[in-house]
Amino acid sequence: MARVRVPTRTLHSELRAIAVVWRRELIRFSRDRLRLITALVQPFLFLFVLGTGLSRLASAGTHGVNFRTFVYPGVLCMAVMFIAMFSAASIVWDREFGFLREMMVAPVRRSSLVLGKCLGGTTVAAFEGAIVIAIGPLIGVPFTFELVVAVFALQLLLAFSITAFGVMAAARMSQMQSFMALTQMVILPMFFISGALFPVSDLPPWLSVLNRLDPLTYAVDPMRRLIFSHLDISAAARRALDPGVTWWGWRVPSLLEAAVVALLGLVMLAIAIVEFSQAE
Amino acid sequence: MFDTSATESQIAATHPSSPPAISVNGLGKRYGELEAVRGIDFEVATGETFGFLGPNGAGKSTTINMLCTLVRPTSGSATVAGHDVARERDAVRRNIGLVFQDSTLDGYLTGEQNLRLHAELYGMPRQSIAPRMRQVLEMVGLWERRRSLVNTFSGGMKRRLEIARGLLHSPRVLFLDEPTIGLDPQTRSSIWNYISELGEAEDITIFLTTHYMEEAEYCERIAIIDQGKIIVLDTPEALKESVGKDRVQIHTDDDAAAIVVLRERFGIEAKISEELVTFGVPLGEEFVPRLFDEWDPAHPPIRSVSVSRPSLDDVFMSYTGSTIRDAEQSPGADHLRNVARMMGR
Repeated sequence: MARVRVPTRTLHSELRAIAVVWRRELIRFSRDRLRLITALVQPFLFLFVLGTGLSRLASAGTHGVNFRTFVYPGVLCMAVMFIAMFSAASIVWDREFGFLREMMVAPVRRSSLVLGKCLGGTTVAAFEGAIVIAIGPLIGVPFTFELVVAVFALQLLLAFSITAFGVMAAARMSQMQSFMALTQMVILPMFFISGALFPVSDLPPWLSVLNRLDPLTYAVDPMRRLIFSHLDISAAARRALDPGVTWWGWRVPSLLEAAVVALLGLVMLAIAIVEFSQAE
Repeated sequence: MFDTSATESQIAATHPSSPPAISVNGLGKRYGELEAVRGIDFEVATGETFGFLGPNGAGKSTTINMLCTLVRPTSGSATVAGHDVARERDAVRRNIGLVFQDSTLDGYLTGEQNLRLHAELYGMPRQSIAPRMRQVLEMVGLWERRRSLVNTFSGGMKRRLEIARGLLHSPRVLFLDEPTIGLDPQTRSSIWNYISELGEAEDITIFLTTHYMEEAEYCERIAIIDQGKIIVLDTPEALKESVGKDRVQIHTDDDAAAIVVLRERFGIEAKISEELVTFGVPLGEEFVPRLFDEWDPAHPPIRSVSVSRPSLDDVFMSYTGSTIRDAEQSPGADHLRNVARMMGR
């Protein structure tokens, strides 16, 4: 019988491993139509139900800007965040159903496996994010080509960081329930505190501190600034609705905010790699 | 099909100086207070089918996990295909195939996709993947079903697919951890057919664990392991001969009384096993007439007698003093297994 020789590990073989782990995530996602749809229910609820309902209440404070348009950047971030978390959760499934072992005994670096998984989750989350971007025009977001590219890039970055966080958390979990509990405990507060649903200026001090500590703040704020810079609104409205995140009175530039998100993602990716490399 | 590498390794297999496929020296694993494996030594020759037999919790899976680099030994050393399992993990991993007790397939992928994923993870040369995939899938009779989702497979089909996947990258040593556990008897025997064919067709060393005595018979040599130690290691035939006794089982109206009679009258220690009075005697067929001659009408009547050659069950019993089933029911074994499971994951 023909004998195959498994060559020693090279950069090329590591790249193939990353690619195949990534591709597996996409295949699984494409099979799971239900997940594709259910993941979109939440952002639609926030935009069309909560957004519509609250817009009557909030009209006094929005200077004529539709409340749905105001929450849109936050809801986009939320949608990406949830899907990224669910993608990372598949590691826990893989452990419960044994598949993780097949990957762990392969003659490849654990970092390749973790990276493939993170990129897979990022792609899936960004795909769902793209759907939310596509409904933007329905709620008054004047999309131009540059704006779409910028928003897409930003949500891609967020998708990566959240997936890295999820993979890091999943490294030591063997039960889906624990992971779901963590998601509830971490993701919802992060979403509420981030300012996805309210402007972040003139908050009570405790909330202001929490807000500046919340990583999601640094994704929501530049997203909102991007979109608001394309809205045709008064200067007063912009000041009230898009005050920007400040550190001791200094308005943090968008690029720095994006860098914070990227840095956190990379740190969590590194922790995840260390954890998986140590696991037996 | 003969290619040069196969010829070479066939020569190597018969060559006296060929290195062993697996060599284990004082290998041990401790989980805190618990010693799952207590310093074992053995060698497996290239091309051999070698079995680890023992009750659940005896340390079989821990040993296999150490040999396949998933668990780090806490003492001793081992080489697989010439590479140290602790220091040359990658080299070991490239040369071994694994089939675990629990399925490690992705049920949401097709059989073909599972194999392709494996091929990519192992960095198989691209042009070799398709022909090799067909070869292994045909060997386990799943070529026609390669496009079906694994979730639609039966337990036996999944196990066959795992064996095919374990072989895909032409490992030199194939590890099978309880390859037939949880399967019905018919599927079990078909899995064994594949394994036996494999040994011949693939020029491969097979290391397997089982707690089914009848399955250990397929191995060329067996190590009996109990409470983390190897108790005895030999061919199945030699082990059975070493017991030196046939197994006699009688069914009586009053088993307790019959055991007393056997002890007092015949000097035989009998036990209840499988709900029958069971004991071992040399030359069992010749013993039966004597048994009836000397059996008093006052004793509880004998309803049936059976004589059998010693089985591996008897071997296990004669070396450990208990049947494999009893050994599994001892609380220690269960506890050890659970701990090993928790730590192993």
